Amino acid sequence: MYKIVSKRILNNSVHMMDIEAPLIAAKAKPGQFIILRIDEEGERIPLTIAGFNREGGTVKIIFQLVGKTTMHLGALEAGDEIRDFVGPLGKASELENYKNACVIGGGLGTAIAYPQAKELHRLGAKVDIIAGFRNKDLIILEDEMKNISDNLYITTDDGSNGTKGFVTDVLKKNLETKTYDVVIAIGPLIMMKFVSKLTKDAGIKTIVSMNSVMVDGTGMCGGCRLTVGGETKFACVDGPDFDGHLVDFDEAMMRGARYKTEEEHSCRLGGYLNG
Amino acid sequence: MADMRQDKYPMPEQEPDIRNRNFKEVALGYTKELAMQEAARCLNCKHKPCMKGCPVKVDIPGFIMQIKEGNIEEAYQIIAGTNSLPAVCGRVCPQESQCEEICVRAIKGQAVGIGRLERFAADWHMEHTPVYGTEALIGQTAIKKSVGVVGAGPAGLTCAGDMARKGYDVTVYEAFHEPGGVLTYGIPEFRLPKSIVKKEISILEKLGVEVKVNMVIGKILTIDELLDKHDTVFIGTGAGLPRFMRIPGENLNGVYSANEFLTRINLMKAYKFPEYDTPVKIGKNVAVIGGGNVAMDAARSAKRLGAENVYIIYRRGEEELPARLEEIHHAKDEGIIFKLLENPVSIEGDNKGNVTRIECVSMELGEPDDSGRRRPVTINGSEHLIDMETVIVAIGQTPNPLIKNTTEKLKTASWGGIIVNEETMETSIPGVYAGGDIVTGAATVILAMGAGKTAADAMDAYLRPE
Repeated sequence: MYKIVSKRILNNSVHMMDIEAPLIAAKAKPGQFIILRIDEEGERIPLTIAGFNREGGTVKIIFQLVGKTTMHLGALEAGDEIRDFVGPLGKASELENYKNACVIGGGLGTAIAYPQAKELHRLGAKVDIIAGFRNKDLIILEDEMKNISDNLYITTDDGSNGTKGFVTDVLKKNLETKTYDVVIAIGPLIMMKFVSKLTKDAGIKTIVSMNSVMVDGTGMCGGCRLTVGGETKFACVDGPDFDGHLVDFDEAMMRGARYKTEEEHSCRLGGYLNG
Repeated sequence: MADMRQDKYPMPEQEPDIRNRNFKEVALGYTKELAMQEAARCLNCKHKPCMKGCPVKVDIPGFIMQIKEGNIEEAYQIIAGTNSLPAVCGRVCPQESQCEEICVRAIKGQAVGIGRLERFAADWHMEHTPVYGTEALIGQTAIKKSVGVVGAGPAGLTCAGDMARKGYDVTVYEAFHEPGGVLTYGIPEFRLPKSIVKKEISILEKLGVEVKVNMVIGKILTIDELLDKHDTVFIGTGAGLPRFMRIPGENLNGVYSANEFLTRINLMKAYKFPEYDTPVKIGKNVAVIGGGNVAMDAARSAKRLGAENVYIIYRRGEEELPARLEEIHHAKDEGIIFKLLENPVSIEGDNKGNVTRIECVSMELGEPDDSGRRRPVTINGSEHLIDMETVIVAIGQTPNPLIKNTTEKLKTASWGGIIVNEETMETSIPGVYAGGDIVTGAATVILAMGAGKTAADAMDAYLRPE
């Protein structure tokens, strides 16, 4: 069993938890993920590691209450326990040797982009963060992002805070005056697709994080497979980071919708990343 | 005097038209009377030929004679002395190509039902010995040395059980949330009930084996780190990576690896959705690609989930089917349709990316290939389409590279398997042993168990200060 050490509500539908998992905390790196299962009847869901405390032995997760499992998880409190917590899985992000980075987060993807931005900042890169949300009530981690970035751009779809529009609008504008040696985009597939399109034309290396449907997270089921540069890859062991210019996003979106009906049946509404 | 009846006493089983709609065990097992009758067919040969066919060296005539006399617990103790998973072996071992193949009774008539008798003794023990009598199994005083076992599948559990019996401290690291490996995630409930697997593992735990789940070795801890904690390490991580066909349409929704399909059903209990949270989609028409035991398991599971037409699509002929004859018969009885000498070339989908049809070509058999089997050759112009909602790819598995990629000095073959000294199962790292599918490529439960046993003997020799 894995104890929930603390819980913080970031907005109405996004919660943050620190989970006691010292062995995972000792090894975790930005870009990796865990798989958890709440109880005996539960499904295994992957969540990206949003932070870790090596001394305290805890791993931070941030999740959106969109499906049966995440709603159940959100109903748990500090002191409660989770049955299974496995990791750190996947390859760590390669963040070294960049000078000017632009980190883009969409919705809940911001929670996953944040540790990467933090690591880039720690390694001495200049970091611009563009974080997009549907409206001002959904904004998360604003102070944290401010602290580790050179420029933070917030966008909202409805203009209720920051720039009205999408992250791609800001990126496009920035590219007119700035140069980046890497763009890291994490969020809904459609966002990552359009960011990658922009940066491909501009010739900027782009890394995206693919959170596919998966069961084991160790390469065993192949459910998370996607096409990258014409080859089949497994998000769990070959990723989750991939070259955004090579990912077949249309196929990934189609695969992401695979269990929509069952999710609704199980009172789920969509993939956990569709923030 | 032996009972000279030519055929085995039949084992009761569920009727095909009933069982293909439930996940309960197909074969119901012998009663004590039937078991004693079947045991009486054994000639108790002095030279015990059957034992040579057993990778874990069970004293077969020894336990059968005890059953013949009605001493079932004694029979169990004889089996358990060398076999860590008797209830499992009695169900899933290919006895027809091992112990039973060389049974003297098989020369004229059918072999003694060794597997059925082993199963009976193990089940009887589980039912009648509420606190599993492990005292008899621990023959030695504890040795203050520790063994780390990676992977709680057949190889790892056998190695763990043997080392515990020899008196060592044993810790097993399992990546999933349940131990058992392929016994838990792969082989379906109707062939190997999970309650049986759990009981077998709890017997090992009573022997002192500690099982740690949710431990993906190579990630949370490396082999080098395990060597800091343990005096010796055994790697039995199996062949867990699914192979795909690399044909157009393979990433459409509705195309599963057999691993994913069976894991959703067996480990995650998707057949009990929505009581359990993990779903599995099935549709009306299901194609299973491949002709091995895994393909049979997937096809029979699909039928039980309510598919109307379930096809086995295999590119060679009936004689070349790699699955056990018994599994092929079971599948046919349950209404699985065999499309032999057919090879898929592409999968078609609708605008939402869901599978709608599979395109196959017909094959004919040509000259034998490297494997000695006749090579399937495409018949020109034989392309045809079959309506399909689900395609399950069961064409084999390869080793998981997690440990290989994180253990620098570990020597592996080009296909990813760990290279060992076949007599001791020792790897290129002193004190680190490996066995099962990670060494041989995908094979059988019992061969993996045999490797676990061989390794345990070698590890014991390595650790004993002499």
